[in-house]
Amino acid sequence: MFSKTIAQLSQGLKTGEFSSSEITRSYLDQIAAQDSKYNSFITVTPELAMAQAKAADETIGAGNAHAMTGIPIAHKDIFCTKGVRTSAGSKMLDNFIAPYNATIIEKFNAVQSVSLGKTNMDEFAMGSSNENSYYGAVTNPWGDNRVPGGSSGGSAAAVAAQLAPGSTGTDTGGSIRQPAALTNLTGIKPTYGRVSRFGMIAFASSLDQAGPITKTAEDAAMMLNVMAGFDAKDSTSAQTAVDDYTATLNQPLKGLKIGLPKEFFSADLNPQIAERVQSALKEYQALGAELKEISLPNTALSIPAYYIIAPAEASSNLSRFDGVKFGYRCENPVDLEDMYKRTRGEGFGTEVKRRILVGTYALSEGFYDAYYKKAQQIRRLIQQDFVNALKEVDVIMGPTTPQPAFKIGEKTADPIDMYMEDIYTLSLNLAGLPGMSVPCGQVDDLPVGLQIIGNYFAEQRLLNVAHMFQQATDWHTQTAPGL
Amino acid sequence: MQWEAVIGLEIHAQLATKTKIFSGASTAFGAEPNTQACAIDLALPGTLPVFNIKALEMAVMFGTAIDAEISKTSVFDRKNYFYPDSPKGYQTSQLFYPIVGLGELDITLADGSIKTIGVTRAHLEEDAGKSLHEKFADMSGIDLNRAGTPLLEIVSEPDMRSAEEAVAYAKKIHGIVTSLGICDGNMAEGSFRVDCNVSVRHKGDNKLGNRTETKNINSFRFIEKAIKGEIIRQIEILEDGGRINQETRLYDADKDQTRTMRSKEEANDYRYFPCPDLLPIVIEDDYIEAIRNNLPELPDARQQRFIDQYKLSEYDAVNLSADKALAGYFESVVKECSDAKLAANWLLGEFAKQLNQSNTSIDQSPVTASELALLLTRIKDSTLATNGAKQVLEALWRKEGEVDAIIDSKGLKQVTDTGAIEAIVREVVSNCDKQVQQYIAAEPDKRGKMLGFFMGQIMKASKGKANPGQVQALLVPILDELC
Repeated sequence: MFSKTIAQLSQGLKTGEFSSSEITRSYLDQIAAQDSKYNSFITVTPELAMAQAKAADETIGAGNAHAMTGIPIAHKDIFCTKGVRTSAGSKMLDNFIAPYNATIIEKFNAVQSVSLGKTNMDEFAMGSSNENSYYGAVTNPWGDNRVPGGSSGGSAAAVAAQLAPGSTGTDTGGSIRQPAALTNLTGIKPTYGRVSRFGMIAFASSLDQAGPITKTAEDAAMMLNVMAGFDAKDSTSAQTAVDDYTATLNQPLKGLKIGLPKEFFSADLNPQIAERVQSALKEYQALGAELKEISLPNTALSIPAYYIIAPAEASSNLSRFDGVKFGYRCENPVDLEDMYKRTRGEGFGTEVKRRILVGTYALSEGFYDAYYKKAQQIRRLIQQDFVNALKEVDVIMGPTTPQPAFKIGEKTADPIDMYMEDIYTLSLNLAGLPGMSVPCGQVDDLPVGLQIIGNYFAEQRLLNVAHMFQQATDWHTQTAPGL
Repeated sequence: MQWEAVIGLEIHAQLATKTKIFSGASTAFGAEPNTQACAIDLALPGTLPVFNIKALEMAVMFGTAIDAEISKTSVFDRKNYFYPDSPKGYQTSQLFYPIVGLGELDITLADGSIKTIGVTRAHLEEDAGKSLHEKFADMSGIDLNRAGTPLLEIVSEPDMRSAEEAVAYAKKIHGIVTSLGICDGNMAEGSFRVDCNVSVRHKGDNKLGNRTETKNINSFRFIEKAIKGEIIRQIEILEDGGRINQETRLYDADKDQTRTMRSKEEANDYRYFPCPDLLPIVIEDDYIEAIRNNLPELPDARQQRFIDQYKLSEYDAVNLSADKALAGYFESVVKECSDAKLAANWLLGEFAKQLNQSNTSIDQSPVTASELALLLTRIKDSTLATNGAKQVLEALWRKEGEVDAIIDSKGLKQVTDTGAIEAIVREVVSNCDKQVQQYIAAEPDKRGKMLGFFMGQIMKASKGKANPGQVQALLVPILDELC
C-alpha cells in the first residue's frame, strides 16, 4: 500500500478497496515505526488525522468525494495550522500554536484531505540540506548519512520513505525542486502568485511559493488542483484563471520545443549528472520533442542577486520575532534591548542570523543602491533572459542540481559551497517562473533530477511534459533501497 | 542682529476609515486594549497585508483638495525599526513614491494678508500601537488597537516664519481634512498630530540652521507655545556661542518646554525598501477626476460663501469657515435666529471663550445651536441685555435649564420701562457730582467719551437689566440739562 500513488489511493477510496481511516491509520503507524530513522516529521497529529479520515469516509460514502478527499498528506511546518504547533523549524516558534489556518490548509480541509502532521525543514526555509533545523537534520532514505536537500527536506524524505504519499513544500530558491531531485521525487514550484502565501511563514516574500512534492507528475497535478488559485488575503496572488492540471496530462509531446541553456551545462556540472540529463533529453526526442540550444546569459549573476534580495527581505520579515507577542522570549530580560538581543540571539540559528546580518547590511543607508537596488536590476535582466528564451521554446530543461545528495555535514562549514547547490534553481524564483524536478536516473545509486521550466502560468504544460516522460520511463517508480 | 525662524510641519491625520489600512479590524477609539487587533495587526507569522482602498480614496481627496500632484503609481515601503508597539518590526509607509506630491495652500494671517505655504508631499502609512508604561510595575503594556490605523502624513515646505503662521497652516489643514470628512480632527484623541521642525537663522541668510523636530503635539495652543519656546531656546544657545543639535524633542505641556528625546547620532537607519507583500498602487486619471469632481465644500469656498451669503467680514468668515463643525454650527444658529453678524460675534466671542475654558470641541458643546439661536433671539427682541445674555450662556453651559426659564429664574429680563429707567438715570447722575462737574467743564466735543462712566454706573445700578440704548437716549439730555 505504501508504494501507491495519490492517484491509486484516490481510486481505491472511490471503489471501496480501503477506507481513508484504514490508510491513515497505516501511515500513522508507519511514521511511528520508521520516522526515527529519517526525522522527517516535527509534529505528527494522529488524533486530528483520524478525525479527518473518519469525516472523509462519510463524504466518500455519500458519493460526494473530491479526488483528494481522504488522502493523507503531510505539510511542511511552515504553513500555519490552527491548534497545531507551527515552528518553521525554529526554536523561535517551538512554542507557537497557530491560531489560524494558512489558505492552503483551508483548501485541503475544504476537500477533506487528511493531514498526518508537520514536516521538518531548514529553519525559516533557509538552507539546502535540512541541516539548519532546530529539530535536527533529516536523513535521505536513499543513502545513509545523506541529506535530503532543503529546505523542504522533511517533506521530501517523508514521501521518499513512504511515510506519506504526498506533501506540501515551499520553494524560495529551489526548496521544492532540489529536495525532490535528491530523493527521486516529483516537485513543482508554481508561478509566483499561483498559490496563496497567506499563512505561510515568510522567508523572502517576493520569492516564496508553495507547491507539492509527490511520487508522480499526476499526483502533483492532483495536489496543485487543490492548492492553486487567487486569494483575497494575499495581495500578490494572481487573479489568472486556474487550469485543471490533470486534464491535459496525456497530451502528446510531438513538436514540443525544448530549450537547453548552455549556462546550465557548464563545467561546474557533475559529468555523470550531465549524462543522465542528456539521456532524458533523448527520451524527449523519442517522444517527438525538438531540442534547441539557448542562452540565459545572466545565470551567473543569479546567486549574488538572490543572496542580496532574499536576505534583505528576510531581515525585515523576521523582525517580528522579538519576544514581545509570541514565540520564544529569553529568560529574565533586564530591559528592552537585552530582551531583543538575547531573544533573537538565542532563538535563531546560525544560518538565519547570517542571512539577517547580510540582509540588514544590504539595506543599510549608503549601501542600498550598491546592493539591493543593483540586485533588483539584475533580477530584471535574469527575468528578461527567460522571457526572451521562452519566445523561442515551449519549455527549458536542464539539471535540477549540480550533484546528487551530499553527506550530512559535508558542506556546513562552507556556506558559499552550500549556496551553489541552488545555482540552477534560484534564477526561476528571481524570474517568478514555474519549474519542476522529475527523476531522470541515478548516479552512484543516488537520484538525479531533471528540471523543467515553463512560461508564466504554464503549470498545466509542465505537468503534461513531466507526465509523458514518466509514462515512457520508470525512474520515478524506483524506491530507496530497503523499501 | 535680527533672527528669523524657519518652520515646517509634518501633520499626521488619522483617516476616518472604518477598518484598518491593511486589515479588517475596527479603527474605533477607546476599546479595551488589544480587542481591536486581529492576526494581521498582531503580525502573527504568515499573515499578509491587504490594502484598504478607502484609505487611497481619502488620500486622493486630500491631494485634489489642495490641487497637488497625484501619483499614478505609488509604492508602499517598509520602514524597519524595533519597538514593542511596532508589531511587525517595521512600519509600512511610503518613502520613495508617495501618493500625493507637490501642492500648496493659502493661509490668512492676523493682519488679513495671505501667504502661500507649500505642501511637499502627503503619504499613506500605518499607525503604531501604544506602549503603556504606567500601569505595570517594572513592565510595559502594549495595546495594539491603534496599530494599523491609516494615517496621511502631510509634509509642508519650511515656508513658515512664526508660530502664528504655523498654527494658521495647521488650522488650515485641519479645516480641509475635516471638511473632506477624511479625518475626525479630534486632537485630544490623537487623530490629528503635529510634528514641528524649527530652526533659526540670521535674517537675510539663505542657509538653513540646524533644526529640531518636536513630535506629536496635539493642540493648536501647544503648537504655538512649543514653537515659540523652541525659537527662544535656539536663539539663546546661538547667542551664547553654542550650536543647535539636530535632534528630536518632546513638548511637555505641564512645564511648557521641549526636551530632548533622541539625538541624530541615536537616530535609526530605517533601511527602507519596497514592501514585497503589497503591489504598487496604480490609479487612472478617471479615478482621480471622479474624486475631484465630487469633493465636498472646502474652507476657502465656504469662506467666500459666508461673505456673499451672510455678508460677514473677511475676519469673521475666515474664522467661522475653517472648521467644518464650527461652520455647520454657525449656519444652524443663523437659520434659527436670522442674524448672521450677531451669531458670528457670539460664536467667535463668548461662545469661543467658553469652549476654550472648558477645553471642549464644538461637536461636544453642551449648548445646542438651537439654544444659542434662542438666546440670540432674546437679545434681538430686547428681552436680554448683553450682560444678561452672557449669564444665560454660562447657565446653559452648566445645563441649568432652558433659555426662557433661566431668564425668569435669574430675573434677567431687561427693563424697558422708560419711566423706571429715567428714575435710575437721574439717581445715578445726582450721586456722581464730581463726574458731572467734570462733564460740564469739558469741551462739548470731549463729552461723548465721558458717557461711558455714567453708562457703567447706570447698568450696574440696574443690575444689567436696563436697555443700554434707552439709557443712552435718556442720559445725554439729562446731563445736557445741567450744563
